[in-house]
Amino acid sequence: MADQHKDDEILGKAYDSKLMKRLLEYIKPYKKYVALAIILNILVAALGPVRPYLVHIAIDESIVQKDYNTLLNITLLLLLSLIFQAVVQFFLTYYTEYMGQKIVYDLRVKLFSHVQKLALKFFDKTPVGRTVTRVTNDVESLNEMFSSGIVTVFSDVFTIIWIFIFMFYMSWDLSLVTLAVLPVLIYATFLFRRKVREAYRDTRFHLARLNSYMQEHVTGMNITQIFSKEKEELNKFSGINNDHKIANIKSIFYYAIFFPGVELLSSIAIALIIWYGGGKYLENTMTLGILFAFIQYTEMFFRPIRDLSEKYNILQSAMASSERIFKLMDDDTFVKNVDNPNTINNVNGRIDFKNVWFAYNDDNYVLKDIDFSIDPGQTAAIVGATGAGKTSLINILTRFYDIQKGSILLDGMDISKLDKRELRKHISIVLQDVYLFSGTVKSNISLGSKDISDEDIINAAKVVGADKFISSLPNGYNEEVKEKGATLSVGQKQLISFARALAYNPQILILDEATSSIDTETEIIIQNAIEKLLKGRTSIVIAHRLSTIQNADKIIVMHKGEVREIGTHQELLTKKGIYYKLYQLQYKDQEITKTA
Amino acid sequence: MQSLFALKKYFLRYKSKLAFGILFILLSNFGQVYIPIILKNTIDELQQKVTIELIIQNVLLIVGTALISGIFRFFIRQTIIVISREIEYDVRQDFWEHIQKLPLRFFQNNSTGNIMAHATNDISAVRMFVGPSVMYAIDTVTKFSIVLAIMFTISPILTGFTLVPLPFISILVYILSKKIHKKYNAIQEKFSEITTVAQENFSGIRVVKSYVREEYEIEKWKISSREYFEKNLEKVKLQAMFQPVLYLTAGLSTIIVVWIGGGMAIEGTITLGEILAFVVYLGLLIWPMIAFGWVANMVQQASASMKRIQKILNEKYEISDSGLTDYSITNIAGDIEFRNVSFRFKADLPLVLNNISLKIPHGATAAFVGSTGVGKTSLINLIPRLYDTTSGEVLIDGLDVRNIPLNVLRENIGLVPQEAFLFSDTLENNLAYGGKKIPLEKISDISKLSKEVASFPLGFQTVLGERGITLSGGQKQRSALARALAIDPKILILDDSFSAIDTHTEEEILIKLKEFMKDRTSIIISHRISTVKDADIIFVLEDGKIAEEGKHNELVELNGIYAELHNKQLLEEELKELN
Repeated sequence: MADQHKDDEILGKAYDSKLMKRLLEYIKPYKKYVALAIILNILVAALGPVRPYLVHIAIDESIVQKDYNTLLNITLLLLLSLIFQAVVQFFLTYYTEYMGQKIVYDLRVKLFSHVQKLALKFFDKTPVGRTVTRVTNDVESLNEMFSSGIVTVFSDVFTIIWIFIFMFYMSWDLSLVTLAVLPVLIYATFLFRRKVREAYRDTRFHLARLNSYMQEHVTGMNITQIFSKEKEELNKFSGINNDHKIANIKSIFYYAIFFPGVELLSSIAIALIIWYGGGKYLENTMTLGILFAFIQYTEMFFRPIRDLSEKYNILQSAMASSERIFKLMDDDTFVKNVDNPNTINNVNGRIDFKNVWFAYNDDNYVLKDIDFSIDPGQTAAIVGATGAGKTSLINILTRFYDIQKGSILLDGMDISKLDKRELRKHISIVLQDVYLFSGTVKSNISLGSKDISDEDIINAAKVVGADKFISSLPNGYNEEVKEKGATLSVGQKQLISFARALAYNPQILILDEATSSIDTETEIIIQNAIEKLLKGRTSIVIAHRLSTIQNADKIIVMHKGEVREIGTHQELLTKKGIYYKLYQLQYKDQEITKTA
Repeated sequence: MQSLFALKKYFLRYKSKLAFGILFILLSNFGQVYIPIILKNTIDELQQKVTIELIIQNVLLIVGTALISGIFRFFIRQTIIVISREIEYDVRQDFWEHIQKLPLRFFQNNSTGNIMAHATNDISAVRMFVGPSVMYAIDTVTKFSIVLAIMFTISPILTGFTLVPLPFISILVYILSKKIHKKYNAIQEKFSEITTVAQENFSGIRVVKSYVREEYEIEKWKISSREYFEKNLEKVKLQAMFQPVLYLTAGLSTIIVVWIGGGMAIEGTITLGEILAFVVYLGLLIWPMIAFGWVANMVQQASASMKRIQKILNEKYEISDSGLTDYSITNIAGDIEFRNVSFRFKADLPLVLNNISLKIPHGATAAFVGSTGVGKTSLINLIPRLYDTTSGEVLIDGLDVRNIPLNVLRENIGLVPQEAFLFSDTLENNLAYGGKKIPLEKISDISKLSKEVASFPLGFQTVLGERGITLSGGQKQRSALARALAIDPKILILDDSFSAIDTHTEEEILIKLKEFMKDRTSIIISHRISTVKDADIIFVLEDGKIAEEGKHNELVELNGIYAELHNKQLLEEELKELN
């Protein structure tokens, strides 16, 4: 059990000076405002404690003296301090929260920008959900620390200080007597916090267990039903539900002791004031007004002390979050550019692979000694069974990954010497799984590029034959794309991605043809679209269509990470090698359906 | 509001505890209210210069009263808040018992996340109503009436003046917290929006990088983060108002006491002690006034949550024993027949199965092949009644499945679903999930699990899942097979259950299965010809209909869909062998 607790709640220290230092970096731009906020805080913290003091004067110098004018003046002062406190408090809270939110916003943007720059390798090995949590939830818990945490700690501390100043100013010995309860209060509070924290962890553990049971069994409900184990599962559920209940009832106990206990302590403090102060009053060394004021103060200093102890938890979870955030911020899985990369402006589009070896990790080569070239404007079709290394070929040509041995040349220039982003600007990729973003059809074609005008978008759509269906959508090009394009057909999504590639008008095109079958009508549209797409530019196609291969200038046959055959359709067929078998397996049917 | 009446039966279960809780509230309030009276007397006595002994008496009285009142406070939480946890337990228990009996259809129409939200958030909201809301409501009403009565006896005029600001506290809290709650929901919405932006970006990172759109994406992120920031500020503005508004109204009451009470004291119509009592009473009333506004909100949220919970509790079971059920049936032999069976998921969706008729005698092995989405899984799901037919009937031993008691039917069918779902529990508990009629050793031998089990340090006691070891896809499928065999099934259904197992192991399993399945009926769905070729009868499905049927050789000769599939797989084999 104890170990499992640790799994559920990985909480580190509440204060880590190294992390704090890095966090403070983000506050730096606002340091003047922070200073101002603290000064205002000190002042406004006095406004609450000043009122019991004023009441003391009202009693001793006006009511007892029967001086009505003084009473009126003091009432006015009281009212002023109250209104002033309310107004300043409002602005102060708003202002500091604003700052906290702004700092968190800065951090969120910085973190996201960092992640944008990470290499594909990072995304391949990190689950999307985890990275999402970093930029959302983890940043959020820092928000809490910046806004409610730090600010109220200041205001609580200053309030307590002001209360003590007024108390000691009025009567130091009565102050000492009253504050005799303070050590007990502080001890009780911290004991309570510790107990509650333990109990809280316990309840959290049981809640997590309950939730994961429910989650798992809702997902696997068909198994429970198939084996008709509803009764047994209900029993198991009762057990877990019951443990959760018991853990919570246990934690109720601590609250049930603490809150009445604090009330009792405050009554004891009042009793002490009456006993000691009353005695002094009888000796004529104390006024009734001071007794009044002290009784009010007892109620005032209890709350900030209780609040302060709560801040511990906020600080702790913020530290844990910031540790995770900074870990991501320090991740440097980049595909690095060389210093002073070469630039290319006019790409002709010649591609050479020279004895290229590539592995995702260690010596596990997925591409072995790849050697071929494509002339400008040519179309090369890459064919091969699954796992032959076709996708890896794309990954290295766009420098999503860098190769281990050999070289890839674009117009004779080694691409590893080029700026990777500039390289990608000359290459468009159409992936097999079309990825659509939330937004409109239009924004999915242009991907928000300002260099692509509405006219370009429509032209591109017309060329690939997507214009017809897009125009028929209720809002045309401004139609909302929902849930990654769930409302569009597979063929329509593909046409949009073709239009996207065309709108960018690249010198080099990489096309990973989709395997999924589509109806004949769409098939014809897509075949036409592909033809137009490939025309006039160097293209590499991972082909699944017979028509594409037949039109290709050369076919590169990959098998188990190697290039095994290169040639045209007819050449390779007569060779009766791997291509011949692949043809029978993957492409021959298309011939049948075509002729049929 | 009305939906909360459904909680009545739960409250009644704990009525005596609840009655005690209310009694404790009353008693502790009497104590709390008595202390200011002692204070008042002490101040007045001090002015008359009584002896210190009398003062000490009062001091002890204060501590004593506070102690007793505190003890009752302790018991209030130990009764009423405890009840809220009890009721939370009960509601969740009823909720779970209910959804367990709901048909597969329900789980396909409602996402796991959605169901979880009801089981957690909504039930929590109801608990907050049952516990804190009830406690504060009763506390406020009783305390307020007692204090009001006492203040009134001291000075009706002063009471009248000081009470003016108090109701505003409740009203302002009510309005503000309602608005804050609304803003909170808006913030949650925006938060899930930025989560979506991040999610989409990271999932589509290949596109982003290919088209060099990083800057644009960062800009997009900035915009939605900015909107989130602004939504937060709107809430912050309201929250920043909360505290100042509270002390402003509460402080106003105190100032009125000092001002008007002070004036009255100067005139001699009220004593200083009485003024102190007023001040302390006001302090006692503020929290209940705040709580009242809060409770009003809580009630609204809880009633909305309760409505959602009830909606699920009102979902019909659909598939369960009924008037048709013949409870004298306690066993089945395993003859299966489909008679003109059609099936669709919803009335407005096309037919998945269209007028299917077929017969599988007991002891036979039947196989189904066909491309994805052709209705194979739907067909076999009709046998253990995971769904009921839209028209036509499924018969077992010549009886409509609806005549057979549901547990008898399902306990005799071993179904190995497409997705091998295992629970995070020990291997033994997973394998023996449906029962242990066949020894673990035997079923793991057939499923080719014995070697793995021997290699696990804890053997069958090895924990699987998140807190234990992760099995490979093939291991999971073999475990799921073993689980189905353990119940000693009359009918075994393999729904593409070997997809992650290599052909060699599969062959070994099939040989062992043949022996085990001698007098039992087997139904196999597979994409692999090697898996189905030895079946007694093979059905080829297309468009919800049976396109071809017969033995392997017959179908190959037929030169249709099956023959084509067969040829392709031969080629694939050849290619794989190639080096």
